[in-house]
Amino acid sequence: MAAGKSCDVLVLGGGNAALCAALTAREAGASVIVLEVAPRAVRGGNSRHTRNMRTMHDAPLDVLTGAYPEEEYWQDLLKVTGGQTKENLARIAIRETEGNLPWMKSKGVRFQPPLGGTLHLSRTNAFFLGGGKALMNAYYAAAESAGIEIRYETEVVDLDIRDGVFHSATVEQAGERAMIRASAVVAAAGGFESNLEWLREAWGPTADNFLIRGTPYNRGRVLKLFMERGAETLGDPTQGHCVAIDARSPKFDGGIVTRVDAVSLGIVVNADADRFYDEGEDFWPKRYAIWGRLVAGQPGQIAYSIIDSKSMGRFMPPVFPPVQARTLADLAKALTLDPARLERTVADFNAAVRPGTFDHTIFDDCRTEGLAPAKTHWARAIDTPPFYAYPLRPGITFTYLSVVVDESARVRFGGTHSENVFAAGEIMSGNVLGKGYVAGVGMAIGTTFGRIAGREAARHVRG
Amino acid sequence: MSAAEERKSLPALIEEAQRLLAICNACRYCEGYCAVFPALQRRLAFPEHDVHYLANLCHNCGACHYACQYAPPHPFDLNFPRTLARVREQTYRKYAWPGAFASLYDRNALAVALASFAGIAFMFLLAAFLSDPARLFQAHPDAKGSFYALIPHGTMVAVFGAVSAFVAVAFTVGIARFWPDMGERLADFVRPSTAAEALHDAFTLHWLDGGEDGQGCRHPDEKPSNARRIYHHLTFYGFLLCFAATSTATVYHYVLGWKAPYPFLSLPVVLGVVGGIGLIVGPLGLMALRRRRDPELAAPEQKGMDEGFLALLVATSVTGLALLFLRETAAMGTLLCLHLGAVLALFLTMPYGKFAHAIYRVAALVRFHLERRRPVAFSLPE
Ligand SMILES: Cc1cc2nc3c(=O)[nH]c(=O)nc-3n(C[C@H](O)[C@H](O)[C@H](O)COP(=O)(O)OP(=O)(O)OC[C@H]3O[C@@H](n4cnc5c(N)ncnc54)[C@H](O)[C@@H]3O)c2cc1C
Ligand code: SF4
Ligand code: SF4
Repeated sequence: MAAGKSCDVLVLGGGNAALCAALTAREAGASVIVLEVAPRAVRGGNSRHTRNMRTMHDAPLDVLTGAYPEEEYWQDLLKVTGGQTKENLARIAIRETEGNLPWMKSKGVRFQPPLGGTLHLSRTNAFFLGGGKALMNAYYAAAESAGIEIRYETEVVDLDIRDGVFHSATVEQAGERAMIRASAVVAAAGGFESNLEWLREAWGPTADNFLIRGTPYNRGRVLKLFMERGAETLGDPTQGHCVAIDARSPKFDGGIVTRVDAVSLGIVVNADADRFYDEGEDFWPKRYAIWGRLVAGQPGQIAYSIIDSKSMGRFMPPVFPPVQARTLADLAKALTLDPARLERTVADFNAAVRPGTFDHTIFDDCRTEGLAPAKTHWARAIDTPPFYAYPLRPGITFTYLSVVVDESARVRFGGTHSENVFAAGEIMSGNVLGKGYVAGVGMAIGTTFGRIAGREAARHVRG
Repeated sequence: MSAAEERKSLPALIEEAQRLLAICNACRYCEGYCAVFPALQRRLAFPEHDVHYLANLCHNCGACHYACQYAPPHPFDLNFPRTLARVREQTYRKYAWPGAFASLYDRNALAVALASFAGIAFMFLLAAFLSDPARLFQAHPDAKGSFYALIPHGTMVAVFGAVSAFVAVAFTVGIARFWPDMGERLADFVRPSTAAEALHDAFTLHWLDGGEDGQGCRHPDEKPSNARRIYHHLTFYGFLLCFAATSTATVYHYVLGWKAPYPFLSLPVVLGVVGGIGLIVGPLGLMALRRRRDPELAAPEQKGMDEGFLALLVATSVTGLALLFLRETAAMGTLLCLHLGAVLALFLTMPYGKFAHAIYRVAALVRFHLERRRPVAFSLPE
């Protein structure tokens, strides 16, 4: 192994939480090394795919309109997690977001008011100009000029943590191993969502058909090392945030554009050409997350959102063109479904549709009667060619399994919180978000706890 | 890869642009950078005429590329600025008049070189025919009326008047075809409110600010910088000042009856000198930036078009200034022919070179401001 190097604060990972921790520790005077397994061109983990941060504010703040007080934010979080959240940590994450905004700007991050399609978030979520990659570019530029050492293509492969005390990390770069000592460590290496074997362990063989929406580099190696060194964890390892995305998306890194918003306008059938769930249960953004799981439960983990020409132009245009045909039988053939079966499913559905006034901006009265499963809103006969289909597969956003931390972002080993081991971002987000999701909370947790971890790590080192 | 191979056929290029536009429309992360994104977000599909429109709203600042999570090495292989730059060149070709001259874009540097040569040769011949060839190389200690002794004023006006009229017709025909192709009515093109907004954007280079806070665009590299905006201002306003110098000189000549050359502190000379300096520093700055440009964003096959035009601007300005300072020496005749030849070449190549960007950019901006006032044709649930 190559001779060691040392620093005050060693940061494992190169996403939002990692850079927030590194920049904050450096501000406090600590020497900092950042270890990022990805190459420079695709640095920044899942953070490079993000677009906004949910931000508390009592009065209009920068690009944010109105007010979004702590209590409302907390209630939103409570609702989506069904109580699987630690209130003290959640409230810290919430409260700090207000101060995060000016700090982020001081590091070169730029915000913009939301325009098309996302106006409903203009009160609660601060949008990054250019998205998460632009944000990460700003942080990396700030880190470089602050004198933080950044090592790309450098994987953390082992950690010397004994009795909850960190001594050194072993890293691998271009096949060479080296040891880095540090007085404190911040783990910000994300979850295990891109570790296909681990997903398989947790979800069974169906996981082979999952697509990973973000980086291929979050393989959970640091999380696993922490578990092996005795860090306490929380959250269900078999749980992940899983949405239905276009089946033609790349295996990794498809990001935001693979979304298919047509579901609530038509029907969804599985490989047997049968419907399996109420497509009109709720507005699509709210149902987005449950459909991942629903599709995962279907044979071959595949489904097809089918609409007719009446619905074209009524949803955010997806990135891949729809499969298109003049007749349902031809559409079925193109999708390798049984034509007769699809025709029957659609005929049954059409026959069950009750007359109503279609309005996709409200819960309208267009529904089916005597059909199982029912479609409770926006049900219109699928009868106007051409017909269109979007194939769907489950897409994993992130995993919930986390290490346990306290209000100073210190990781707990065997009942006591470590003095020099900190965690931030997705690797600890389960403390706040044990289940469910609400837009922009991942970046709120990562930024807040990244800054806390950086500050506390530097305090530990420099007193 | 050779320049010809780099240059895709129009249908292939439009198809590629449509693929990228669909990705951007589903993503929308860059909506705050420039006019292109709000304009594309109003659409669900991108027929060819809209691709031309959107491409001409883009000025290749690079901001969206550095921000793009789908840029290489991502399998989506998205290079929005470069693709739009290539579409723009196709716009200039498609609407060039006369159409046969569109092929000049294939070898723009050569076209500029030949035009310069022809322009200069023409001026020498003109001078030689219209006056005593020997006077071309004589000193003119009194300066007064010396230019017109070589080439009579009426001749100059006739030559440049004809060339300017030709340029005006070429661009008018171009716009008169481009505009209706986008489904717009000609009356809307000249509507004062939107025209004023478009011109405001053009004259201030509004969209070169890289996203509302004036940090500038990503040129030549990832760091925001206003260098390109400044050099472009120097170039454009330098050009305008030179134009103003010529116009005041015309007024002096016809209205006031004063004959060129004018004294150093006269209005035409001061305007010309200040403009001329801008027209040297600006294009040289742009050329230097261009050469330092991140290769990822440059469209290498457009080097000739960009640099040919810039070089011609510099040549015009350098010869003009040299003429001013050496007008009493024996070099005057030569410099006059060089300068007028360069100006002639500049004008002749305008409709078939980089200058076309100004015309189509303004037209696209007019449409942008028209569209802004119109409701979006479709509604999406939030
Ligand atoms: C498509 C998509 C869109 C999203 N949009 C939003 C949004 O708009 N708002 C929001 O709040 N949240 C969003 N999220 C969730 C958000 O991405 C995460 O909550 C957040 O990015 C987590 O930040 P992080 O720094 O903890 O992890 P990441 O940004 O994933 O960073 C982890 C880092 O660790 C590195 N790493 C991993 N293993 C190792 C190792 N062994 N050695 C060295 N380095 C290692 C990785 O390369 C990476 O740099 C989105 C997620 C996805 C997938
Ligand atoms: S350039 Fe890239 S990041 Fe920007 S809108 Fe297009 S796809 Fe999205
Ligand atoms: S390069 Fe600049 S001007 Fe062109 S589309 Fe991208 S952000 Fe807009």
